[in-house]
Amino acid sequence: MIEISNVRKSFQDVEVLKGISLEIKDHEIYGIVGQSGAGKSTLLRCINGLEPYDSGKIVVDGTLVSSQDKAQLRNLQKRMGMIFQSFNLLERLDVYENVALPMKFWGISTKSEESKKKIRELIGLVGLEEKMHAKPRELSGGQKQRVAIARALVLDPQFLLCDEATSALDPEITKGILSLLQRINREMGITVAIVTHQMEVVKQICGRVAFLHNGSVLAQGRPEELFIRPAHPEIKAFLRDSSELLPTEGVNIQIFFLGEDSGEPVVTQMARELGRDFSICWAKLEDFRDNVYGSLVLNVEEADKEAVCNFLESKKVAWEVL
Amino acid sequence: MGIVSNASMGGVILTALWQTLYMVFWSTLFSVVIGFIPAIILTLTAPDGLRPIRPVYEILSFLVNVFRSFPFVILLVLVIPFTRLVVGKAIGTTASIVPLTLSAIPFIARIIETSLRETDPGVIEAAKSFGASNWQILWRVYIKESVPRILNGVVLLIISLVGYSAMAGTVGGGGIGDIAIRFGYQQYRTDYLVVCSIILIVFVQLIQMIGNHLYKRLS
Repeated sequence: MIEISNVRKSFQDVEVLKGISLEIKDHEIYGIVGQSGAGKSTLLRCINGLEPYDSGKIVVDGTLVSSQDKAQLRNLQKRMGMIFQSFNLLERLDVYENVALPMKFWGISTKSEESKKKIRELIGLVGLEEKMHAKPRELSGGQKQRVAIARALVLDPQFLLCDEATSALDPEITKGILSLLQRINREMGITVAIVTHQMEVVKQICGRVAFLHNGSVLAQGRPEELFIRPAHPEIKAFLRDSSELLPTEGVNIQIFFLGEDSGEPVVTQMARELGRDFSICWAKLEDFRDNVYGSLVLNVEEADKEAVCNFLESKKVAWEVL
Repeated sequence: MGIVSNASMGGVILTALWQTLYMVFWSTLFSVVIGFIPAIILTLTAPDGLRPIRPVYEILSFLVNVFRSFPFVILLVLVIPFTRLVVGKAIGTTASIVPLTLSAIPFIARIIETSLRETDPGVIEAAKSFGASNWQILWRVYIKESVPRILNGVVLLIISLVGYSAMAGTVGGGGIGDIAIRFGYQQYRTDYLVVCSIILIVFVQLIQMIGNHLYKRLS
């Protein structure tokens, strides 16, 4: 478990982390989300000890992350594998040697049968058996990130930290990398922390997220809670909702489909039961880890507002007048 | 007469070629080995290095610049006492290796430093994230990743040392360049001038070709 409490950090005069508190539980996939410059990458680097922080506490399984005790920090780093946006593979080493590298830092013999088997298995896990002795420049972006994932797993970490790991990849390749991360989380029980600005990453794999804005945690929770019915204008801006395109006449009512009720045909029922006309001006359905969530905006005449509101109330769906 | 003069020309040039190779080989070897030390210190203590120490970096960097801007002909004369101390004499082919090495050290040190510092900072960060120590990063990341770039620098060094070795003739170093000046230029022997020039051109081309080939193989 990673416990972060009231962490602050400044670069010169600019405070980039303004008292961050959050908790990453064992075996979950936790997303740290926000626009560029929100401080999310800095936070991840503080967790790994690549960057010292000014005040507050980061505790990993009871051990404080601190740049004071170098030996202790090294031991913590061994338990946290990390992957990066730009992959960061050594150009002159082939796939096998890149995956083996962290072992050399720890004085683990890469020549032993056990190590060889482990390296080969990891390369197999990420699906690159055929590229075992290719140099990074012969690989595509997605393949490079797979090598980096294998490298991050070679020291048997408990945590995998991903710093914008899919931001340089196209959507199809991103999907592949995300399902690989999901497999690693499920099958190996590794806790994954993902820093990202991509909604598709959040939607596909994150169990819980923190939304960072200007160095503070603005909201925390399950992604569908944060993003289907965003409570903050900053999150709306992040999602680029086009609510300004709604009609100015009549009343706009937004209905939310949050998981269990998304199958129920509320809208058609309403049309039938109330016998009134309304138009659907905007709708969005989204997959969050294989569940469908979404929202819909109806435009009704002023005179019908009360009847519609009463109907929605009786149906126990989430809704609001815009 | 023609035959005799040609035979002696062959002998003179062969001896000179050997002297050039001898001077260039040893001064390259010594300067690269010694040059690694300031290069590594500069890389480690640079503002973006693993152990930034501003005063060390600034002072060493300044010294490298001072020695680099020293005219070679002046250095030749200035280091005579030092040469005598190291080699036992101040004149001759072996003696000229000392000033050649001394002038090459700051040059190659800067080149190695630049090569090391061109290492992708992301790769260094990745190594840090796995708990690598500074020495491991220096050896397994900085130096390992920079080998082809350093090799390119050594090729550059060899070629400029061939040029400098011509000036070493003034302290009795001999060599192809020396023959070209003394026979070809001062005695108006155009044949010497032409042959010496061709040898130098071929030599430089050869070194560059080998260098390019190795660069491709290593990177």
